[in-house]
Amino acid sequence: MGRYIVRRLLASVPVLFMVGVIAFVILHVAPGDPAAIIAGDLATPAEVEAIRRALGMDRPLLVQLGIWIGRLFQGDLGTSVFSGRSVTDLMAPRLEPTIALSVMALLISVSIGIPLGVVAAWKAHTVVDRGVMVFAVLGFSIPVFWLGLNLIWLFSVKIRLLPVLGYQPLAEGVIPFLRHLALPSVTLGITFAALIARMTRSSVLEVLREDYIRTARAKGLAERVVLVRHALKAASLPIVTVIGLVFAALITGVVVTETVFAIPGLGRLVVDAVVRRDFPIIQGMMIVLATAYVLVNLVVDIAYAYLDPRIRY
Amino acid sequence: MQAQRDQARVVGLAHPLGRTRRLLPIVGGVLRRNPNILVGLAVLLVMATASLFAPFLTPLDPVKTNPEDRLHPPSATYWFGTDHVGRDVYARTVYGGRISLVVGLAVSATATVIGSVIGLIAGYYRMADNIIMRFMDGIMAFPALLLALALIALLGASMTNVIIALSVVTTPTVVRVVRASVLSLREQDFVQAARALGASAPRILALHVFPNTVAPLLVQGTYIFAVAVLNEASLSFLGAGTPPVIPSWGNMMGQGRLYVQTAVWIIFFPGLFLALTVLAINMLGDGLRDILDPKVARRK
Repeated sequence: MGRYIVRRLLASVPVLFMVGVIAFVILHVAPGDPAAIIAGDLATPAEVEAIRRALGMDRPLLVQLGIWIGRLFQGDLGTSVFSGRSVTDLMAPRLEPTIALSVMALLISVSIGIPLGVVAAWKAHTVVDRGVMVFAVLGFSIPVFWLGLNLIWLFSVKIRLLPVLGYQPLAEGVIPFLRHLALPSVTLGITFAALIARMTRSSVLEVLREDYIRTARAKGLAERVVLVRHALKAASLPIVTVIGLVFAALITGVVVTETVFAIPGLGRLVVDAVVRRDFPIIQGMMIVLATAYVLVNLVVDIAYAYLDPRIRY
Repeated sequence: MQAQRDQARVVGLAHPLGRTRRLLPIVGGVLRRNPNILVGLAVLLVMATASLFAPFLTPLDPVKTNPEDRLHPPSATYWFGTDHVGRDVYARTVYGGRISLVVGLAVSATATVIGSVIGLIAGYYRMADNIIMRFMDGIMAFPALLLALALIALLGASMTNVIIALSVVTTPTVVRVVRASVLSLREQDFVQAARALGASAPRILALHVFPNTVAPLLVQGTYIFAVAVLNEASLSFLGAGTPPVIPSWGNMMGQGRLYVQTAVWIIFFPGLFLALTVLAINMLGDGLRDILDPKVARRK
């Protein structure tokens, strides 16, 4: 087990290295001189030259890559062109909204998606199953932002039940926090509930064919016990894997959802940076989010090996 | 029994030579048993025809502003209402389909072609495999929309650049699918036989290996179409896709976002068309997967 974890950790090193190289290349093939972008439109050639030297851009590209990676390990993601502040300083206050939204959305999608998937597999090829599958295909065909805007219109404009936009930190009370987060996290959660329902259905369906399920039924166990304790337990591993993979899609959804609901999170930061072509922020976000994604999948893989006694490494 | 025989016939579709004569009745039979494909194709066809013949469907100009009639609710003149500068939402929705479909088709074609070539090379040559797949893993480690946003920031927002960005982001999924097929195909007897007869590697790949990857490729290509249509709309919604002067479903909703409290029709109709289009493509993809993937077909 220990050896597996070490091997799996080592295997993610080349991926992280590629992530770094791709993010580095993006800034360095940016049209125009990065030093000129950082210096701004009004800078004189001498100033640009000074910045170039200060940033080490007069040195060979491979040396620059080495220096840049060295800085990454010290937690230095560079400085925003637009505001002049360090990228990590800009990210810090935006972590809470993004993490809150992601966690809530994930909770909602799991608690809707898994029961729906189990029921669909149990009642396979019936009206119930078809209904769940229709929900599933709708769930990932409907654009997140359209769903969000429709929910705002329904719950905030027509019924006036929930606030239209914005974010309240958890520190200012649980109720306002939840009220502001309700629509965005439901919007995002429904999309992933669809994905998880579909995966749960197919893996439970596979397990229900096994002999030990017939045995469990034959010895007179209640259907609920057969489904939850025998079928879902065995089917849970592929579902866990899917939840890990969903994480990437979740980040994509977060970027869009934050824009729809005017939530001041990391997604908003990166969209604003794209519009202003503030490359250090974009680069920093690419590093942070891709690393998070690689780490989440690492944890999922290790959990998989730990949970499934059939797999021996 | 019937299912197995169907499957055997369907697998014949992927075979390169001499099946055209028997193809038509098979296609007819498959469509009858799989309404998903039929419905998906029909909706897509309607969307494509509508956007192609947009000028015949509405007398109104999709880009002409008309400040006197701004934020007009749906009426007999303005079927879907007007937006914040008085442009007709119906005309813009019908014209907007062009962008979605063109970008979707272009991305799935580009990603499929480039992804197949890379996947064939990666699957067949052990040496290239490691380098290519590490690079693909690197691309796939980024959330798709984030990498697309970064590429747009680099290249500038335009339709061509959206196609380039989304193709880069989706190609690795094609590479994975093709490579996986090639890895199992290369060990099979007919490939070994071709090699023993002295066929060159490009010939083996093109004539013996590639035709057998067409089925999974078709399914993957369809899903990429759906993802590309959605992502183009997301990029345009965020202001980093189709420029505001050209109506697209995404940028219509991006601009209409601020009027959700007073003029919800600006976002409702383009979003509805977008959702229907993506739904149709996904139904087509599911249907194709059901008939082409032997693993799924057997379960039915």
